[in-house]
Amino acid sequence: MSNLEVKSVVSKNAKLRMTVILLVVVGLYIYTSWATKSTPMDIIKGWGGFQRILTDLFPPNWSYVPAVWEKLVETIQMALIATTFAAIVSVPIFLLSASNLFPNSWIYQPVRFIMNVLRTIPDILLAIIFVGIFGVGVFPGIMALFIFSLGLLAKLMYETIEAIDMNPLDAIRASGGNTIQVIWYAVIPQVLPQFVSFSLYVFEVNVRASTVLGFVGAGGIGLLLQQQINWFNYPRVMTIIIIIFIAVVVIDLISNKIRERIV
Amino acid sequence: MELVMPPKKKRSLYKTIRNLLIAIALIALYTWTFATIDVRWERVFSEHTVRNFTRVIPQLFSPDWGAFQKVMGLMWQTLQMAYTGTLLAAILAIPFGFFAASNMVKNKVLNNISKGFLNGIRAFPELVLALMFVAAVGPRPFAGVLAIAIGSIGMLGKLYSEVIESIDMHVVEALQANGANKIQVLFYGVIPQIIPEFLSYAIYRFEIDVRASTILGIIGAGGIGTLITISISNRKWDEVGMILLVIIVVVTIIDNVSAIIRKRIV
Repeated sequence: MSNLEVKSVVSKNAKLRMTVILLVVVGLYIYTSWATKSTPMDIIKGWGGFQRILTDLFPPNWSYVPAVWEKLVETIQMALIATTFAAIVSVPIFLLSASNLFPNSWIYQPVRFIMNVLRTIPDILLAIIFVGIFGVGVFPGIMALFIFSLGLLAKLMYETIEAIDMNPLDAIRASGGNTIQVIWYAVIPQVLPQFVSFSLYVFEVNVRASTVLGFVGAGGIGLLLQQQINWFNYPRVMTIIIIIFIAVVVIDLISNKIRERIV
Repeated sequence: MELVMPPKKKRSLYKTIRNLLIAIALIALYTWTFATIDVRWERVFSEHTVRNFTRVIPQLFSPDWGAFQKVMGLMWQTLQMAYTGTLLAAILAIPFGFFAASNMVKNKVLNNISKGFLNGIRAFPELVLALMFVAAVGPRPFAGVLAIAIGSIGMLGKLYSEVIESIDMHVVEALQANGANKIQVLFYGVIPQIIPEFLSYAIYRFEIDVRASTILGIIGAGGIGTLITISISNRKWDEVGMILLVIIVVVTIIDNVSAIIRKRIV
């Protein structure tokens, strides 16, 4: 009993690997923060700017609320229309991209590929392109939200469908049901609650996204926000920010309550 | 033999009325929406649109390879911004995660304050935060980094607190029973349990932040978005096409790499 040295719980190899990873992470941070001029020193130097903005923003200008209200309504309406159409159009897309309904990979792979590509394009970039085509207004904004939600909803839904119980499908097929009947009587009842829940979730995402589409001329409250920033009218900016905040929180709350009851 | 239909479900009056009310409310909502929204259809379907369409779409699909180097340079800056912001957030979110976790900080008031703060941050779109930071520190990548950092604290803090709340408390109790102090409990009981998930969520957030930082330049907060604004105002749609292509490819690669790393960690 001479060797009383306690062995470390972590092996030497693991320790070495952890150290290397840590060094790489920290080294990368030092490089990127230097390259973007965002080191902690810059944060300390920028402190005066933060203080100036905060004092400029308060108190908010409450008399501006009625003017904002109208644009807020427009913002929510854009999100509602885009979500509704995306929900309708996504049905055939997610059915086609579910590999347990259409086992032919020539069908589901291309559909999924297109949807994956669509999801990588930021919605505001889509909005810029549609503004270039359709001109300034709510229509390009709705189109951008629609395309983006389509990709998101299709992905969420085909993953849900691939996880459903296949026994009812086999039973209906065995008793002579065709594809449409299988989908209607075995798939839809199993995924309908999730479909409604995901659509509400996409609606939440769209409300948040549509508040900034106005920056590029695609309608909604973002237009006012950018105007007031350009005019340095910070009390009004604060009013708009507070209204966006309240609207987003209230809509999330309502949507969460409904989703909890459905699923 | 007589065929008997299966018994019908009983329909409660309450449910019928409720469904009817929901239907009426939905119909009213949609009628109001479509009646009041100001879509200028005559502008949407005009000669102007057709002309734009034939000009913009073909250019978008024939990316300008001459701009490739410039675009890649700015994409690199975008990735740097995302990395700096995410790492800042991944560290800053740790205290918030601990304060929001009810098994670590046994103080309901503190828990709720942190949770409220984290939820509050998540209600702001990144671009609105970026707009504020551009006003505070000027139009440069630093503003974008700050927007990413602050915006990510909300989600990471919430996910962290959920991870902490789900750890195995037996380990913690065993350490305490053996006389470990708070620091020792933290280092030997808590941290080894939470590190893989914390890392995995931080990497996941990096994916989201890469997407988010591609557009921050639209309002002057640095990255590839800056070029988008310039190309659009010069009506160089082939350059926009190149930017789109680079964003799609880079984002896809990062998503896949990150998914592989996350699978190995957890």
